[in-house]
Amino acid sequence: MNELGGASPQLSILLWAVTLAIGLLIGVGIYTFVYARGGSYLTDRPDACINCHVMREQYAGWIKGSHRSVAVCNDCHTPDGLIDKYAAKAMYGFLHAYAFTTGRFPDEIQITPHMHALTERSCLKCHAPIVEAMTVTGAPHNTPTCLRCHSDVGHQ
Amino acid sequence: MNQKRRLLVALVLTTAATIALAALLVNVFQRKQEEKQVFFRVVELTDDTDDPAVWGKNFPFQYDAYTRTVDQVRTRFGGSEAIPRTPTKADPRSVVAQSKLEEDPRLKTMWAGYAFAHDFREERGHAYMLEDQTFTQRQIVAKQPGTCLQCHSSVYTAMKKLGDGNLLKGFEQINRMPYDQARALVTHSVTCIDCHAPDTMQLRITRPAFIEGLRALKEHEGVKNYDVNTMATRQEMRSFVCGQCHVEYYFKGPEKRLVYPWAKGLRVDDMLAYYEETQFKDWTHAETGASVLKAQHPEFEMWNQGIHARSGVACADCHMPYKREGAMKISDHHVRSPLLNINRACQTCHKWPEAELKDRVETIQHRTFELRNRAMDAIVALIHDLAAARKGGRSDDALAPARGLQRKAQFMVDFVEAENSMGFHAPQEAARILGEAIDYARQGQLALRGEPTLSR
Repeated sequence: MNELGGASPQLSILLWAVTLAIGLLIGVGIYTFVYARGGSYLTDRPDACINCHVMREQYAGWIKGSHRSVAVCNDCHTPDGLIDKYAAKAMYGFLHAYAFTTGRFPDEIQITPHMHALTERSCLKCHAPIVEAMTVTGAPHNTPTCLRCHSDVGHQ
Repeated sequence: MNQKRRLLVALVLTTAATIALAALLVNVFQRKQEEKQVFFRVVELTDDTDDPAVWGKNFPFQYDAYTRTVDQVRTRFGGSEAIPRTPTKADPRSVVAQSKLEEDPRLKTMWAGYAFAHDFREERGHAYMLEDQTFTQRQIVAKQPGTCLQCHSSVYTAMKKLGDGNLLKGFEQINRMPYDQARALVTHSVTCIDCHAPDTMQLRITRPAFIEGLRALKEHEGVKNYDVNTMATRQEMRSFVCGQCHVEYYFKGPEKRLVYPWAKGLRVDDMLAYYEETQFKDWTHAETGASVLKAQHPEFEMWNQGIHARSGVACADCHMPYKREGAMKISDHHVRSPLLNINRACQTCHKWPEAELKDRVETIQHRTFELRNRAMDAIVALIHDLAAARKGGRSDDALAPARGLQRKAQFMVDFVEAENSMGFHAPQEAARILGEAIDYARQGQLALRGEPTLSR
């Protein structure tokens, strides 16, 4: 402080300006985060996924689906493990926010191949003991996937 | 100095980040608002407001999509192509759709002696219905009644005015008028008021012929005094409003009353039975002398025989699917082929890639088209044989069985041909109809050779 304060009044003004700008950024940032219910995205609560209306059909389908009492959105759509889970959340959170902000996405939303594979793997979190024997014999191509037939268990 | 530069860069970056964040905040705010406000009422709509632009002030998104039916886009088996033409005084159109008569000259043989053999083009979008009807060559070769305007214009307010508030009375009067006289009473193609109640925006039926046709059908099914506007469900209405016009019809009697022949059911056989009973004919075939029928765009009836109708999927679900405008969800009033809108139209239910879905539809259509071509050949062959026998001096009595079979076969082929889905609305039904038509044509040729037929 001393050396800066002593350096020049110009530098001192600039320092104040930067401090103010950072303060503004933090302030607007916190407000936006709270206003857009940013905190909810850190939880496992399914209603966080319908903060915006895009996922409402999927949410309504889940409410009526067979998995409603045993799995929430994150059980199937995020991987296990704290770091993996929040990395996936961060990536898809960004992609979803980007799509919704720019409006560039099909009205009937489509799952990405990566998320499809992730979801497919999630079936095994619970059902691995049953399906173990089914997958070992399959050729690398055309292996039967869970979702090929059970596409409506999560949501219609 | 170095420190000063670093601070300057930090200031610029922080400012830019704050601007971006504020923009995001505004966007989030905007999306949240869009979710809350569906529409603003800026004008008063009454039951006499037929100008769609006025409705469009309250419903700009729906109106914007509605005006897009001016597009001319082809699909593999349907859709219209924009064909330029030199405007004349009698016909000022500078663009029309391709002629189906030129695409398939067999149609001229099938319709010999009827106005359709002179001019028959692929239908264009809703926006053109009045214009194309006004200037078709059919108007010149035959005298058309005001009845045509029931489905080629927004005729609801005109009917009400003519009947002093009584829709049915206005309907009867306009049917009887010569086309030109009735044409002067209407200004728009189909508009908002033809399907929507102006106060609640609820779907409603405004065409008396549909109300009467459905009542006759329900009576046949055992429901007495069916009133569509009070008894139909919302999902039914999402098909019924389209069924007001996309149906088989005929002009009954000298008063040219528009009638939908549904008193025996909605299948092609039921309608044929109805026409046999009433002894109705559209015209006398010029080459064979048979009393023949013209089928007209029976989309509603064909759809009724298909799996989509059976599953409760309405016309609007595929032809006007829901779409998002910002955070609002509205039905797409740009009425068009679902093949041009596969994501919204099909993928709501069918979770397959667009290319796969399009392929499935076109496979069905291609198969129907092949069979249709065979059936068309069969009809033309029968017509040639009949015409030859007639020229050879065969008596009317001797020709009667074959003529009856031509009437049947021709109506059935036309039923699939005139239907605007190339079989997709009900694939098996379309194939059945074409198959039976080919058999009727074959039986007609047998009858001419004096051999006994198996006709049912």
